[in-house]
Amino acid sequence: MSILSKIMTAVRGGAREVGELVVDANGTRIFEQEIQDAKTHLNKAKHDLTDVMAKQMQAGRKVESLKKEVEEHEGYAGQALEKGNEELALEIAEKIATLEADLTEQEEVHKSFSTHANRLKDLVKKTERQIKEYERQLTMVKTTESVQKASAAITDNFSSSSSRILSAKDSLDRIKKRQQDNFDRLSAAEDLEAENSEKGLQDKMNAAGIGESAITASSVLDRIKAKKGG
Amino acid sequence: MNTQDLALRFSEVGNYEGYTFECQPIPGEVEVLQITVGDYEEIPCYLSITDTQILCISYLWTEDEVKAKSRTELLEEMLELNIPIPLSAFSKIGERYVMFGALSITSSFEDICHEITTLCENAIEAITALEEFLD
Repeated sequence: MSILSKIMTAVRGGAREVGELVVDANGTRIFEQEIQDAKTHLNKAKHDLTDVMAKQMQAGRKVESLKKEVEEHEGYAGQALEKGNEELALEIAEKIATLEADLTEQEEVHKSFSTHANRLKDLVKKTERQIKEYERQLTMVKTTESVQKASAAITDNFSSSSSRILSAKDSLDRIKKRQQDNFDRLSAAEDLEAENSEKGLQDKMNAAGIGESAITASSVLDRIKAKKGG
Repeated sequence: MNTQDLALRFSEVGNYEGYTFECQPIPGEVEVLQITVGDYEEIPCYLSITDTQILCISYLWTEDEVKAKSRTELLEEMLELNIPIPLSAFSKIGERYVMFGALSITSSFEDICHEITTLCENAIEAITALEEFLD
């Protein structure tokens, strides 16, 4: 069963300790221990791998030097033959035979170290992937558990505080009303300011005798006089 | 960053891009911060920190607020809206429908502020949009 299915089952069952239900009744601590063990295992594998790779390199170097020695001795045997020293040539050939036997052996050793190193490399990769997978699963379990615990704390806090938990609609209404109030207050303030500045300007213009001046009794009388005169 | 550090930062920040915060720790098995943004005190955001992420959750409504006959339609709408809503997603914890955002544990304080203000506005937006499905 996938870890998500397990979490689903545990959450549906109303579990608070999801970890214990999900991780086969072991709890997240045991799961964490398993990851820790896998990491120890991984470190050992890596250590073994460096060891084996060092030995592989040593064997490789030996193979190279033996090959060189065989080549050199083949040269010596040739020179001995050229000088007509058959006896010495045979002795050198015997040496070459021993060297070649050593070479074959070292090549075997080298091959076996290479195989071993490759196997360990595979193991390291596999263990690393396994650990990542464990950690991903553990994250899911722990997050579920953390959310449930946080949620419990929040709910406890709701019920212990005097404030009533509002329904979504009530919350929204209150927020909207507050926003409207703020908006109204703001626009009222703007209107007031605009009125004030307009009135101030009018007063100044009146004082300077600019614009439409107020209708007064004397201005009416002036108008009538002007009509009569015309 | 742990919850105490965060609580301190929130009390010091005063104002982030025009938003004000009020932060209050909630006691419990897991450390939770209740953070309210400016004028949205009715819809607080709850922040908790796990090993790998910072979780911010706002409660939307409870199961008993959902109109029974259009429940399926509501759930489908929520699924459809999940992607268009920036940074936040719908979820459900027990009987409560929630909106949440998850941040990397290495997020900056500014990232967290941004997440929380967005979450609050998204939550209000979501309730407004889905009001017809609620009692």
